[in-house]
Amino acid sequence: MDLLRISTAGSVDDGKSTLIGRLLYDSKQVFEDTMVSIQRASSAQGLDEVNLALLTDGLRAEREQGITIDVAYRYFATPKRKFIIADSPGHVQYTRNMVTGASTTQLALILVDARKGVIEQTRRHTAIVSLLGIRHAVLCVNKMDLVDWSEARFREIEAEYRALTSGLHLDNVTILPMAAVTGENVVERGEHMPWFSGPSLLHFLEEVDVPDPARHAGLRFPVQNVLRPQVDEFHDYRGYAGTVMAGEVRVGEEVTVLPLGVRTRVAAIDRFQESLPAAGSGEAIAIRLADDLDVGRGSMIVDAAQPALMAKRFTADLCWMSESVTLRPRQQYWIKHTTRRVRCMVESIDDRLDVTNYERQAAPSELVLNDIGRVTVKLLEPIFPDPYTVSRDTGSFILIDPNTRHTVAAGMVREIDAESAVRAGG
Amino acid sequence: MTSLELLHATADAGLEDLEAESIYIMREVAAEFERPVLLFSGGKDSIVLLRLAEKAFWPAKFPFPVMHVDTGHNFPEVIEFRDRRVEQLGATLVVASVPAAIERGELVEERGPRASRNRLQTPVLLEAIAANQFDAAIGGARRDEEKARAKERVFSFRDEFGQWDPRNQRPELWHLFNGMHVRGEHMRVFPLSNWTELDVWRYIERECIEVPSIYFAHEREVFERDGMLMAVSEYLPLLPQEKAFMASVRYRTVGDMTCTAAVRSTATALQDVVAEIATTRITERGQSRADDQFSEAAMEDRKREGYF
Repeated sequence: MDLLRISTAGSVDDGKSTLIGRLLYDSKQVFEDTMVSIQRASSAQGLDEVNLALLTDGLRAEREQGITIDVAYRYFATPKRKFIIADSPGHVQYTRNMVTGASTTQLALILVDARKGVIEQTRRHTAIVSLLGIRHAVLCVNKMDLVDWSEARFREIEAEYRALTSGLHLDNVTILPMAAVTGENVVERGEHMPWFSGPSLLHFLEEVDVPDPARHAGLRFPVQNVLRPQVDEFHDYRGYAGTVMAGEVRVGEEVTVLPLGVRTRVAAIDRFQESLPAAGSGEAIAIRLADDLDVGRGSMIVDAAQPALMAKRFTADLCWMSESVTLRPRQQYWIKHTTRRVRCMVESIDDRLDVTNYERQAAPSELVLNDIGRVTVKLLEPIFPDPYTVSRDTGSFILIDPNTRHTVAAGMVREIDAESAVRAGG
Repeated sequence: MTSLELLHATADAGLEDLEAESIYIMREVAAEFERPVLLFSGGKDSIVLLRLAEKAFWPAKFPFPVMHVDTGHNFPEVIEFRDRRVEQLGATLVVASVPAAIERGELVEERGPRASRNRLQTPVLLEAIAANQFDAAIGGARRDEEKARAKERVFSFRDEFGQWDPRNQRPELWHLFNGMHVRGEHMRVFPLSNWTELDVWRYIERECIEVPSIYFAHEREVFERDGMLMAVSEYLPLLPQEKAFMASVRYRTVGDMTCTAAVRSTATALQDVVAEIATTRITERGQSRADDQFSEAAMEDRKREGYF
């Protein structure tokens, strides 16, 4: 029994909110009073049938305009799994919200309207899913009822999408026909598509295997806080609080502390009134070290055999998220990477990705809202990143505008400049 | 699949993950803010928050005070519980009082049989945040509670007027929370964002955490108003057609006595409560919060003003 985090993406009219509404409704996760309230809202909109999209569009403006503006999080469970859905808007001007919704998820649902097939938005969403390292994509070919449940039409879209994704880093692409408005093949298989032998969407989501690649990487433990109780019982206690972001940590194991570059051993692993022999990725613990060292927030405890590089320059894919300012070379920002915040500069904008045809335009003069591009980042002090493909939590960062304190970009580390790396202990 | 099967099949599901995520958030708050405060009402969600705070910083004490926004219309059992729990933890309690603000003439009490101090909590909360120079307020709100809350960030920025701007929220990616702010602005932080009501109860059961007695079935004098069971109290006068009667009830949420309704229940033990929540077909706010029933967007409107 585990937790699967899913993101959805789709264009305005392909029925994304309806699909989620259907998943919640048919898996009996919609409460009676919620149903009464959306029935009321549906008739106020002059609709004859209940509009399931109202289950997810929560803001006043969203209901008025009939679109999703911001990410909404939904929760449901079946006997096999618990699910968190980050439901994101599909409009081109909300690409940044989609990136936000997708950043914490393991699997993406991409919707297309069976009448329209693969369109520009499908290509954009698929590109973003691939960039964000979501290795499992499910293409939901929705509104099959409007193409008379045609197998030929489905196969056509299937072939087109396979061709589109063949060059992308998506390990697992699944293509399912369905009709959210009637519920066909969402939770139950239904009877209109006997030619389709695959599972329903929910059945697929319950069974799909989503291993975390960071589990097998070297230890990465960014220190959040130093715990010093200063009471008699724990007089000399000094624990480093944090969450294991990659790999695992064991008592007695040799580790390196960055940026000091000093090797030491793990003396103890504590988790609220108990001591553990080991802890794996995702666990929130406190580590005590064998030696007294200068370790604080922003330090990282790493595998001594596979340490992280102390990088002062790297390339990254950046999604620009600011409406008010654009990105130009040599502008300065705060970078937040794990628990470390340092000053940085975007040295150059190397290219801009056209997310509709996957071509990269070299050396654009700027990135504007919703643009995605490859940049070179130069840092005042080193950070300890991994390539994003190795570990999402230690390969991701945000840029913060020092003037407005807004988050202006999301970044994924691609190549770390080894020349720039400061030698451990140096 | 019945809901009871669901209950057993998913027992303990994901609680470890949720706990670790919440502890990570608490630790980020302690590191990124100078004067955080934990909002504690004595309700189940803030009880879980306190437990997570205790765990996040053990063996040290959690490095922030707790604050209760007190409408003066409290369940006595909850106030007794609040004071006892705060003392056990050796924490500092700040009380932001609605009746004191009314007495000072800063707020005007609503009149009539349906008067409530619900909306008066917002200015009192904002005033207390300003007066104490708190720069982060950790709250127990969950995204599954309500549709406007489903849109809320974990680190939710408030401008110097304490306002929430749902259309212009800071993007929040991976586990990278941006706590940067200047004096006068603050952050609301919601470590339980990804928890459901059932997760909260399962966690309370797993951790054997004490909760106020009104969460369990008891005999109480109640009356029916707008389809909800309200407790008879000095704060809530009956209308002429309303009649008081005794019933076996419990509370699903704990708030002000004037806007928190009871539900009929015979659940006297924690496992009965968990089973009841797992099989209910009505949301907690729909069943027990009169303050959400004003309009479709009642919560969004109050949140924009600076409500919890």
